[in-house]
Amino acid sequence: MANSRGGRVYVTEGGEKIYGIMAEFATPADLYHAAEKVRDAGYKEWDTYTPFPIHGMEDAMGVQRTKLPVAVFAAAMTGAGLAMLMQWWMSSVDYKLVTQGKPYFSWQAFVPITFELGVLFSAFTALLGMIALNKLPMWYHPLTKKERFLASSDDKFFVAIEAKDSKFDPERTRELLQKAGATSIELVEE
Amino acid sequence: MTSLHPDQATAQRLAGLSRPAAPPPVHDPKSGDGTLVDEPGVRPPLVLGGRTFGEVTDIICGYSENPPPRWWTPAFIAAFSLAQLGGIMILYLVITGIGTWGLTNQVDWAWDITNFVFWIGIGHAGTLISAILCLLKQKWRTAVNRSAEAMTIFAVICAATFPGIHIGRQWMAWFLPPIPNANGIWPNFRSPLLWDVFAVSTYGTVSFLFWYMGMIPDFATLRDRADRRLRSNPGSGAVLLPFVPVRTDKIRAFVYGFLSLGWRMSSRHWHRYEAAYLVLAGVSTPLVLSVHSIVSFDFATSIVPGWHTTIFPPYFVAGAIFGGFAMVLMLLIPFRELYPNMKELVTLRHIENMAKIILVTGMMVGFAYSMEFFIAWYGGNKFELFAFQNRAFGPYWWAYFTMISCNVISPQVFWNKKMRTNPLVVWIVALLVTIGMWFERFVIIVTSLHRSFLPGEYHMFHPTLVDICIFAGSFGVFLTLYLLFMRFLPSFPIAELKAVLPAASPHNHADGHGHGHGHAKGGH
Repeated sequence: MANSRGGRVYVTEGGEKIYGIMAEFATPADLYHAAEKVRDAGYKEWDTYTPFPIHGMEDAMGVQRTKLPVAVFAAAMTGAGLAMLMQWWMSSVDYKLVTQGKPYFSWQAFVPITFELGVLFSAFTALLGMIALNKLPMWYHPLTKKERFLASSDDKFFVAIEAKDSKFDPERTRELLQKAGATSIELVEE
Repeated sequence: MTSLHPDQATAQRLAGLSRPAAPPPVHDPKSGDGTLVDEPGVRPPLVLGGRTFGEVTDIICGYSENPPPRWWTPAFIAAFSLAQLGGIMILYLVITGIGTWGLTNQVDWAWDITNFVFWIGIGHAGTLISAILCLLKQKWRTAVNRSAEAMTIFAVICAATFPGIHIGRQWMAWFLPPIPNANGIWPNFRSPLLWDVFAVSTYGTVSFLFWYMGMIPDFATLRDRADRRLRSNPGSGAVLLPFVPVRTDKIRAFVYGFLSLGWRMSSRHWHRYEAAYLVLAGVSTPLVLSVHSIVSFDFATSIVPGWHTTIFPPYFVAGAIFGGFAMVLMLLIPFRELYPNMKELVTLRHIENMAKIILVTGMMVGFAYSMEFFIAWYGGNKFELFAFQNRAFGPYWWAYFTMISCNVISPQVFWNKKMRTNPLVVWIVALLVTIGMWFERFVIIVTSLHRSFLPGEYHMFHPTLVDICIFAGSFGVFLTLYLLFMRFLPSFPIAELKAVLPAASPHNHADGHGHGHGHAKGGH
């Protein structure tokens, strides 16, 4: 039994494929330290789930800085460039309009719209880029089958380690989370 | 001041809380509800009552999940009727023509453009709170940013209506943006009026994106709560209407679930979310300054005496923030009295901070008023000087007097700490400022136009019933949308508020569960 990643596939006794192991923690501090332990144990396919962004969590998890701001900067330049190009083409090529005796391409007067479109493009890229990089919308996820997990949007803190991680082992992974101070641990089916 | 609503039974029912707020910790009575601390080293609590994460969720979700307070339905009907009145009058205007307004050949911009600038200015406070105060790391903004952003969007909707119906042939409104048309013509990109089209539509769109992004995690919270109720109690539960057997929680789980895009509180997602939030705050900051600057260009680039001044952009931006904060206070002060537990979220410190901003921006517009007069004299242009003398001492002296007394004199009471921390006084000043800011735009527009270069062009402006009803209707639209927002959407940023609780710090190991600690305690 080998999946595409060359790892193993775990199934429950009922024959259901296993998504991973989910562990609950009571406080942000407990979760923070648990995340550091999971990171140091070398896991890659895992995540923590918290009701609010915890300060410094990306370091505790070893998450790389997102490239989103670079994409937004590119979008801002694209928006501004297109705006200037549009105004140049419309007022000095396609429909030459003399206003106040100014040159057809009086770029100074085109600055406000150039700026606004730069902002508009960056705002759309920031939101849609965030959604796309997070692989959303995704209206189904194995974890949401667990009623306990729904408290992650209220006041509970979770770690979930996926079975597709090469280091995943039902026994040892469970032990690691137990040692990290989990208040409850559950196996999650796909 | 107690942190719990006086009608304790209602408070418990509405918020669904199992326990009342923790007894207020001992604090200096001079610090009001415990948040008015002047010492720089002491950080006052941002949420009162020693609430836990779960209780913050319960309080805020309670506003949209539980039956609304008794006054809500009558208030909604009143606001909705007012909006309908405005709508009917707009219909009459479209059918009959612009002549139904009090406009004349001389005063061809009056209430319509006054109302446009008034509403667009009000929107500015929301973006200031959500963007500029975010960049300045002012954590107190979290409690007020969602409702202020909502206010921004509703104000932009009201504002955008006026230029749309002012153009005369409203069915030609699509000529405003550069859309290819059969005549083969394009708009004039050197006109500030076209810049305005781009500025206002960008502003409305970006504010909406910012608002929606902030709500995504909170939609997920509302979705999960509905989902948990459905799972724990599959058979019964509240239904939509007595004869419609659809459970309200099913609709909630579906609608909030759809809007949340399947957000699942993942830390990897939060990381990108926070980056996106910071970027949006970064681009919204120059945006908000540009929008009212461009609105002021509509006037400043003309040659009309009284409009043709270089001070307009900063003066308009300061005035917009001034009027916007007044509107935020005018809405939040009654709501924090009327909704249970809201005083724990919107504390006296919020009111004091916003009163201080009103004082500062009020002084800025006061400076602008006097500088305009100085330049009118110093510039040596007799038409300019006449415009300003006519503004203060001409037939519209009463409008000018209202503007000065509401905008410059009334905020001066905020030098006194007792005054700026008294919600009733702050509300009255906010009301006066809102009136004053409407008159400011009226004064700028109408007094500059009504007496032009030749005495033969002297006219007075008289509003008609249609003018008045459409303006009243815009308030109806604004309040209708605001009441719907309070009823159905997460009216406070749930996730962000939890993040500013002392227990949210990953380095906080004191008794661990967020109960009753952390008052006047620094971060880490």
